[in-house]
Amino acid sequence: MKTLESGTLTGRDLHLSFGSNHVLRGIDLHVERGTTASVIGPSGSGKSTLLRVLNRLIEPDKGDILLDGRSVLKDNPDELRRRIGMVFQQFNLFPHKTVVDNVSLALRKLRKMPADEAREKALAQLDLVGLKHKADVRPGNLSGGQQQRVAIARALAMDPEVMFFDEATSALDPELVKGVLALMADLAAAGMTMVVVTHEMGFSRNVSDTVTFMDGGVVVESGPPAALFDNPQTPRLKSFLSDVL
Amino acid sequence: MNALEQLSQTFFDWGAMAAVLPELLAVGLRNTLILALSSGIIGTFLGMVLAIMGISRNRLLRWVARIYTDIFRGVPAVVIILLIGIGLSPIYRQATGSTSPFPMGILALSLMAAAYIGEIFRSGIQSVEKGQLEASRALGFSYRSSMQLVVVPQGVRRVLPALVNQFIALIKESSLIYFLGLLTSERELFRIGNDAASTTGNLSPLIASAALYLCLTIPLTHLVNYIDNRLRVGKREKPEPDELAAKIGEGAKA
Repeated sequence: MKTLESGTLTGRDLHLSFGSNHVLRGIDLHVERGTTASVIGPSGSGKSTLLRVLNRLIEPDKGDILLDGRSVLKDNPDELRRRIGMVFQQFNLFPHKTVVDNVSLALRKLRKMPADEAREKALAQLDLVGLKHKADVRPGNLSGGQQQRVAIARALAMDPEVMFFDEATSALDPELVKGVLALMADLAAAGMTMVVVTHEMGFSRNVSDTVTFMDGGVVVESGPPAALFDNPQTPRLKSFLSDVL
Repeated sequence: MNALEQLSQTFFDWGAMAAVLPELLAVGLRNTLILALSSGIIGTFLGMVLAIMGISRNRLLRWVARIYTDIFRGVPAVVIILLIGIGLSPIYRQATGSTSPFPMGILALSLMAAAYIGEIFRSGIQSVEKGQLEASRALGFSYRSSMQLVVVPQGVRRVLPALVNQFIALIKESSLIYFLGLLTSERELFRIGNDAASTTGNLSPLIASAALYLCLTIPLTHLVNYIDNRLRVGKREKPEPDELAAKIGEGAKA
């Protein structure tokens, strides 16, 4: 993977409501290029929504999003999303396309890469996640862990500046979680800028550079993992940690 | 015994069937296929347009699709065929000079088929998980490309059986254009069988045309079942040797 010159991501005072439901109530998040930020918190705290707002799958009602210090709210959202890879809890691979076509689709259609070149690149990407030998089968024939690794390869194929992981291991059988987490840790170590929404406290503590604890649509606490996990300041984080650890 | 003979005379007079068969095959089958195929193709295209309109974020487009569908599904086929086939034919005749009832008949059949096919496509497209659109958008595809490349192909695949059923219905409904008045060379399967039946006073020619309808529809019915089964079970992959199992096997041998 090539190291990128860009990828510093900042969300400023992000607000979002669905009707009377105020999901995000002024979120600030800063992810320095080459670092991994994990976002933890109880279900319904707005973590997954925050990711979707940061890549504008959902437009915020208020606030700003900056990539390398420049606001991206006026940009074409499709072009913004080409710069940010996203991995979902339910993998969301395209079941009607083979594994290699899943990975090469965006290269061919968005980057206008010739088919053979796109396939080469997709195969190389699949090799990185250890699934080159599955290139020509359909995703339905893979295990959950394999599907998630293909989804990661699909996102990486676009050479994103930032990677989002939305509870990427929550839908996996326990024995398959490790492989996906190891791959994510490798990516972090290789210098990818990542925002990881996760319930895996071990990953959050050992791999991420900063941890953000969200509850009720606000950031309750954030800082380096050691500080949050060993010395939580707020009662809400204390009770959350005692519930999950 | 007498009744049985009478029945077999009425329905299975092989001579009467053989007499009408050449015309059924050369004229009737050809015309039925022309009607069903062309209205099937046009109806599928219009149906897709209606489905896309029906799930559009634009309320006006959704409304138009809704009203169209309600009207063309809610009125008997023969009424639509008469209204369009007869009502629009003077305009068509003035514009083209042709007196053939086929184009307006095909139009009526297509418009009706589109209403049903539109609903079939819409339900298929809407059954595709929301995550598919989301994943495609997250890669950087526009709404339009996401629908085109990811959502619609999956939705269509799911409703192929229902779509084929609609083609079967269309083959049968094409017989209704006899209401528009057909020249000898324009008659389709039903009309030829019916004409022969009324001139001979024997129903065997109609049985012959029914048999030809079945030759068209039964293979399609089986195609539906095949697709349905294939979609449910999925394409069979070549079973792969399980590497781990092989190793365990070796251990057991040692």
